Amino acid sequence: MEKLPAWADIVLVPLISLLLAAVISAIVILAIGQDPWEAVSVMVQGALGSSYGWGYTLYYTTSFIFTGLAVTVAFHASQFNIGGEGQAQLGGLGVALVCLSVPWPHWALALPAAMIGAALFGAAWAAIPAYLQAKRGSHIVITTIMFNYIASALIVYLLVEVLRPAGQMDPASARFPAGAALPTLHDIPGLNLIFTRKVPANITFFVAVAACFGVWLLLWRTRLGYEIRAFGKSERAAIYAGISPVKVIMVSMLISGGLAGLMAINNVMGEAERLLQNSAEGAGFIGIAVALMGRNHPFGVFLAALLFGFLYQGGAEMGLWTSIPIELRLLLQGLVILFTGALDNMVRMMLGVFFRAKAKGAA
Amino acid sequence: MDYSTLIQVLDSSLRMATPLLLACLAGLFSERSGIFDIGLEGKMLIAGMASGAVAALTGSVWIGLLAGIGASILFSLIHGLASITFRGNQLISGVALNFLASGMTVLIAQALFHQGGRTPPLSGAARFNAIDLPLADTIGAVPLIGPLYAEVLSGHSALVYVALLAVPATWWALYRTRFGLRLRAVGENPESVDTAGISVIRLRYSAVIITGVLCGLAGAYMATGLQAGFGREMTAGRGYIALAALIFAKWRPWYALWATLLFGFLQALALRPDVIEGTFGMAVPVSFLDALPYILTVIVLAGFVGKAIPPRAGGQPYVKER
Repeated sequence: MEKLPAWADIVLVPLISLLLAAVISAIVILAIGQDPWEAVSVMVQGALGSSYGWGYTLYYTTSFIFTGLAVTVAFHASQFNIGGEGQAQLGGLGVALVCLSVPWPHWALALPAAMIGAALFGAAWAAIPAYLQAKRGSHIVITTIMFNYIASALIVYLLVEVLRPAGQMDPASARFPAGAALPTLHDIPGLNLIFTRKVPANITFFVAVAACFGVWLLLWRTRLGYEIRAFGKSERAAIYAGISPVKVIMVSMLISGGLAGLMAINNVMGEAERLLQNSAEGAGFIGIAVALMGRNHPFGVFLAALLFGFLYQGGAEMGLWTSIPIELRLLLQGLVILFTGALDNMVRMMLGVFFRAKAKGAA
Repeated sequence: MDYSTLIQVLDSSLRMATPLLLACLAGLFSERSGIFDIGLEGKMLIAGMASGAVAALTGSVWIGLLAGIGASILFSLIHGLASITFRGNQLISGVALNFLASGMTVLIAQALFHQGGRTPPLSGAARFNAIDLPLADTIGAVPLIGPLYAEVLSGHSALVYVALLAVPATWWALYRTRFGLRLRAVGENPESVDTAGISVIRLRYSAVIITGVLCGLAGAYMATGLQAGFGREMTAGRGYIALAALIFAKWRPWYALWATLLFGFLQALALRPDVIEGTFGMAVPVSFLDALPYILTVIVLAGFVGKAIPPRAGGQPYVKER
């Protein structure tokens, strides 16, 4: 199998994968007796057709940027972190503890504190699997899966037994003080001309964009980033060059867990304003699709998160206004992961045939 | 806990352990051949839906069972295509198939029955019904040991006994047949198998198909034996618990039986908070029991209680020539 041109590998492979996923989804929609065109138009209208729709799309995008970056950083160190879901839930716990501990006077004070809480708790939840991988050779994929389940059991326990205010029936923490409420895009002067109604997208979106830039700086402009990438490419060469595997695995997983945890300032602090069960709602897993689709580059992650934000909001609208169940989102998510992450060689082979034909035509 | 309560909990443990055991043995075949499979959950789910739906439509649980196995094998073949033929990432393929199953099951069940992604309740011949083992009444009269046979072992549906028999069958296939020797070899050192003139690809595909059959049985048991019909996300992480049991069992069939019985016992206990409170004198949080299989697996993985070493070639695609 010959090598494809670099641009084809970066741009065409994800695009063809997306196209294949879309075609299969369309066939499934036809098979269940619905109209794929109607689905697409409802999705586009619902997610992108109004500033209100954009307000939801950007809200989901924000979460997916964090979890996508989390998977990306770990991938560069050749670690597959499936634990984003649990780390994001623990991040939510960190946010809740910070927000409930002090009657915050202003969000500008509460936000940095909550970010530290979210990142610390997310990183702590990644630390044990990272340590077991680095020191004891336990497979990080299995341990992070196990930690997802342990996290959700822990959160359920804490919500039911510890954090639930007396007299409240549903398992959730108390409401955060009003001073900890983050401004939504509707509350920001200038942007409120576009977002004329209250939308869930909030100031965290800009934090997420900054995080993309930060991850890019870290991976390609620092010594630590170089060590992470070198270790990910070849463990033996990295060890020969004096890079410590324990350090790289620990640090990359701590950053990864911290990024996944940071997601919680978007959903827990920015939207729900209290800690609920299953707060991450699968965003940790979508991070896998986002990272694969985004070719493990922060800019690609940003674009892929936007795409999945659109699919998520559009899918919700589709579930509301058509007879197609909302679970179509899961199908699309699975197909994108399958084609970009597992059948990528098949996509490359298909493209290779095309490029070979073109080369022959040119000769 | 008095004796009759213990018998009840053990009876329920065996029922809860059955899908775990079938899925665990399924994973054993795949992983022993060098193909990691974290898609057990998805295969169980799609098999549960297919068997529940077909049993509801035809009224025959046996046709439903075949449909479940068929759907599960289809997913196995996609996993094989990605991880054997196209040498893709086996872990990512497994994750993808789990999402695919989550979405597909609801879409299809909703399109067929319009009941919010469930299949209609099954009864009579559309379900696996309890079988009484021979002499259950006679032996049941014996004190102490009698109830163990009559209440715990007897009175389950056919698939429970299939699962129990699958343990010695797997042991025999793995350690006493030529196929088993080759299967174990291909998971440790595929080059040696290839050098002996045996097709690595064919061997791995057969392992993956066996995984599909066993996951199909597990899913069908969920929808037509343990419960009467398919409900969305009904496997509820059992595929991952089975994976945990597989590691706990160090990829060995008899250990797999003990591990899944232990995890089944924990699940059965979680259903009876009153029993726990009566026995330990205090309320143990149900969440803790839910998390215990995962915590135990992490401890085993950490190598504190005997080291769990996976098959050496696991996760790596085999490249015949460079």
